[in-house]
Amino acid sequence: MAYTRKTKDQMAARVAQDIPEGAYVNLGIGMPTQVANHLPQGLEVILHSENGILGMGPAPVAGQEDYDLINAGKQPVTLMPGGVFFHHADSFSMMRGGHLDICVLGAFQVSEQGDLANWHTGEPGAIPAVGGAMDLAIGAKQTWVMMDLLTKQGASKVVRACSYPVTGLACVKRIYTDLATLEVTPQGLRLIDAVDGLSRDELAQLVGLPIHG
Amino acid sequence: MINKIAPSIAHALQGLTNDQTLLIGGFGTAGIPDELIDGLIAVVQERQVQGLTVVNNNAGNGEAGLAALLKTGCVRKVICSFPRQADSYVFDGLYRSGKVELELVPQGNLAERIRAAGAGIGAFFTPTGFGTELAKHSDGSPKETREINGRMYVLEHPIHADIALIKAERGDRWGNLTYRKAARNFGPVMATAAKCTIASVHEVVELGSLDPESIVTPGIFVSHVVQVPRVATQGGGFKKEA
Repeated sequence: MAYTRKTKDQMAARVAQDIPEGAYVNLGIGMPTQVANHLPQGLEVILHSENGILGMGPAPVAGQEDYDLINAGKQPVTLMPGGVFFHHADSFSMMRGGHLDICVLGAFQVSEQGDLANWHTGEPGAIPAVGGAMDLAIGAKQTWVMMDLLTKQGASKVVRACSYPVTGLACVKRIYTDLATLEVTPQGLRLIDAVDGLSRDELAQLVGLPIHG
Repeated sequence: MINKIAPSIAHALQGLTNDQTLLIGGFGTAGIPDELIDGLIAVVQERQVQGLTVVNNNAGNGEAGLAALLKTGCVRKVICSFPRQADSYVFDGLYRSGKVELELVPQGNLAERIRAAGAGIGAFFTPTGFGTELAKHSDGSPKETREINGRMYVLEHPIHADIALIKAERGDRWGNLTYRKAARNFGPVMATAAKCTIASVHEVVELGSLDPESIVTPGIFVSHVVQVPRVATQGGGFKKEA
């Protein structure tokens, strides 16, 4: 049957739908940043930026940028009333110490055990860079991944075992993709929802792994 | 009378010698002690200092600041979390030609290793990086790991430094410091971990005029305070980061 992939905006809206009021959330660089645009107005969700901000607000209007007030992607942001600043060791204590509720990250690959690969392609000659990726992956109470399900060549990015260097082991709880939302459980992958017209069997074929209902 | 206000950056850097380890604050455009780095470059060139290890979140952008320091050839090793940026070509060139060694550290482990040094911790077990390439020493041998209450951890050691260069907002002659917004980042942690911490401030204030409840770095961690003119921090150079 025919089905349509979700747009990036629709994926961001899907992730936002699962973020409850009162949650402390870190949105990773890239696609996850867009989730903030889809949080309902009036819902109090406190955004964490690992460079030292809780209560991060949206981008400032043009001309109001303050380059002492930037997010982890180094883009100018604003501070919500009640927002605070703190140093790096405190900021990463918030993750590692299990205080952050949800972290949403992009990924190259996620294994069916929840291993995450998102920091390095491992190409020879590439200069590796990790930033806060490994701290974020294992730090939050729940790590969610947001990515296209398939590579441009059609290979599944949800895999039996990561071929790229891993960022963290057994750390991903949910995978939000353009075709389906999956949960990583001790019994394997479980389908939460899929786009209209895509059956669980078809999805399992695309992924090449069993997907439970 | 205690007076940590230094007459110049060069004066504050009198203790700089070959092979020292330097912590340099800043993340992105925020909190980079540009004036102190420029002052360091001048001293390095004048005294032909070599073999430095530099600890920063990044490895320099464009031609200025940390990139300019690397370009002098005085840096033997960079310890950082994110060296690769759209315009980190000075570091890239030195790294690829084997002139600079890189120790890549996850950002939170970097902050904690610096914190541990300042706090007198011998080493610590962290969950970050377990099972990854970064749980190995530079020679490829695995770092020590341990299971504690069912979770796996990697043993990491503190990063002690000879000199820290940080950017603060206000300071007094006892070395008490406040910061501005997200420019705080590594500053307060780095201040604790060096034998000599040099802080730039935009305002030197009278002793007693900083609110004691709001002082972020107590002066005990600070050796020298250097006043620099206030310049609006600028964007650019960070737009295409992965």
